[in-house]
Amino acid sequence: MESGKTRVVSAIVENKPGVLHSVSNLFRRRNFNIESITVGPTEERDLARITITVSADEKTLDQVVKQLDKLVDVVGVAELDPDSIVTRELALVKINAPTAKERSDIISCVHVFRGRVVDVSPVSLMVEITGTSDKIDAFLNLMKTFGIIELARTGITALSRGGQAGNVDE
Amino acid sequence: MNGANALIKSLENQKVEVIFGILGGAVLPIYDVLCGNKNIRHILSRHEQCAAHAAEGYARASGRPGVCMATSGPGATNLVTGIANAYMDSSPLIALTGQVPSKGVNTSYMIGRDAFQEADIIGITTPITKQNYQVRNAADIPKIVNTAFYIATTGRPGPVLIDLPKNVQTENAEMDFTNRIDARGYNLVTDPDLAQISRAVELLTKAEQPIILAGGGVITANASDELMQISDLLMAPVATTFMGKGAFPEGHPLSVGSIGMHGNPAANRLISETDVLLAVGTRFSDRATANLDTFCPNAKKIHIDIDAAEIGKNVDVDVPIVGDAKKSLRILYETLSRALPKRKETAWVKRVKEVKEKLSPLIKDLPKDLVPKTLLFELRKLLPQDAIVTTEVGQNQMWSALYFQALKPRTFISSGGLGTMGFGFPAALGAKVAFPSRTVVDIAGDGSFIMTEQELACSVMENIPVTVIVLNNSVLGMVAQWQRTLYNKRYMAVHLGKTPDFVKLAEAYGAQGFRVGSISEFQKAIKEALKSKVTTVIDVPIGSEEDVVPFVPPGCGLPQQRGDY
Repeated sequence: MESGKTRVVSAIVENKPGVLHSVSNLFRRRNFNIESITVGPTEERDLARITITVSADEKTLDQVVKQLDKLVDVVGVAELDPDSIVTRELALVKINAPTAKERSDIISCVHVFRGRVVDVSPVSLMVEITGTSDKIDAFLNLMKTFGIIELARTGITALSRGGQAGNVDE
Repeated sequence: MNGANALIKSLENQKVEVIFGILGGAVLPIYDVLCGNKNIRHILSRHEQCAAHAAEGYARASGRPGVCMATSGPGATNLVTGIANAYMDSSPLIALTGQVPSKGVNTSYMIGRDAFQEADIIGITTPITKQNYQVRNAADIPKIVNTAFYIATTGRPGPVLIDLPKNVQTENAEMDFTNRIDARGYNLVTDPDLAQISRAVELLTKAEQPIILAGGGVITANASDELMQISDLLMAPVATTFMGKGAFPEGHPLSVGSIGMHGNPAANRLISETDVLLAVGTRFSDRATANLDTFCPNAKKIHIDIDAAEIGKNVDVDVPIVGDAKKSLRILYETLSRALPKRKETAWVKRVKEVKEKLSPLIKDLPKDLVPKTLLFELRKLLPQDAIVTTEVGQNQMWSALYFQALKPRTFISSGGLGTMGFGFPAALGAKVAFPSRTVVDIAGDGSFIMTEQELACSVMENIPVTVIVLNNSVLGMVAQWQRTLYNKRYMAVHLGKTPDFVKLAEAYGAQGFRVGSISEFQKAIKEALKSKVTTVIDVPIGSEEDVVPFVPPGCGLPQQRGDY
């Protein structure tokens, strides 16, 4: 498996059945390493955006972009420039918190990370946290001392900064 | 109009003249429309794999897309090998499959409920098609067919599959047959970047030992004339890949043959000495380049290909040119001819001549007995220049690559990328359908021929006479050769024995069969075959320990070719 930096590739695709299958199939078949993949609608109803983070060197990334571009249902694709990119990820974390002391320690951490407590039970807290993957990693690292019961992360979604529609051409 | 009628009318609009296929329950409405149709001939294959191969043979011989059809489930899955073959060799193929109804009598949706003869052919063929479609509404059929043909035949060609649920075939709808295409995500770049052309010209004008490597893309783009012009201007020798065989006439003084694991030693030697490589329409397959560390070690590399993803995939290049081979070569030639007077005899041309005389297999003495190289050399003399030759896969194929000269594009058709044994015979039938007045010959091995020999029935019943030459060594020869040379003669599962009797087999199907034991008998059999109104099978018993040599062992580079020949 290729090693390399984590890159974010954004693809605008036809919003119809089977497209996610052909994209994920391509990654499996070409041995590209997906770290995360997110899919959602765009401002145009018949188009969807797939945001993929891959761990790849320059040559592999070039192939990822070119091979995706070859798929007929991929309307546009590009790597997002790491210097002008906004990335966000959302995590829901259920944390072990059987005592009032632990609950209050966790809540103060949540405030520092600008998260929110979304559920409380006698033995646990559920926290919603949004940010870059690094920020979420840092928060989860802190929570390890209390014990993470369950975790769900969405994977990265991303857009280019500025007034232009990024470099994902149609 | 219902979906089945719309499908056939759309195919007629695409000027389809023949469909190779086998019917079944899920395509009965389509066959009902074909009944009595005067414009489209249906050829009943005897196995769906062969329908796909025949359609590919038709496409590669003619340049027009081939069409095959099968029913749902096993019919569709039997097409898979043929579709994969067309995908690897970039052949324009339209595969039509029936599907269980998307709406059932008692259920709202039958697809996905594991109905009788249901297979997820869309899921199965996603990685081996350029695009595939499952039709949801009959009204979409004209647009989908147009789009499918457009995608299959433009850019880097490839197979496109259309899956037709049975209820869609019988559904009535308003049909719009105007030529609409729905593929906004399909990027087609055919015009080369002129800045890159200039950089290529700069390298080629300075080149002292240029070589051109022509791949299958040159044949696909019908760019052989442009290739010849550039070769002539630069006095550059032309090597081909296996798929490029025929792109440049192999009898030409500047032709050096195919490179590769079983390539022409002259080609393998000269490409290793070049200072500027001009590669056109090739994906630098591992069988062509061998070990990449020693592939054209001292050369600046120019790569022209219509598929941007092929540039830099296997070989890093100095000048990338994305574009149609014909257009790119024409513009390159025009720019070059302004920058450079036509070259005369150079030291490099003398070197090419010297290497060819020393290493080229056709110039060395031929034995008089019935061995593959003599047979193939004789065959070239017996066949017209425009005869179409197909091959099976294995030793028969590599001997053909080495010893049978292809003189024109689209006259040498073989399974290059996938290496499908059994491809050659149905492909020969497809080529013959495209060109009924031309001679078509399948050079086969016994192991390969037996995989699709049932198409003898199709050839006889549909009146498609071709000639099959079975180089019969009673073993799966290529793997036996590997076991002999790389596994210390530990033969396992390669012996086929003396069965079947290919002469009787041919006769059982109503074809004619000959067995030959000498070159003169072979000559006589070929002459008979060329006159015959039915398919001829010529059984040629040869030694079972005959090797294809020379050979670049796995992991070695092209110059490290081994074996006397």
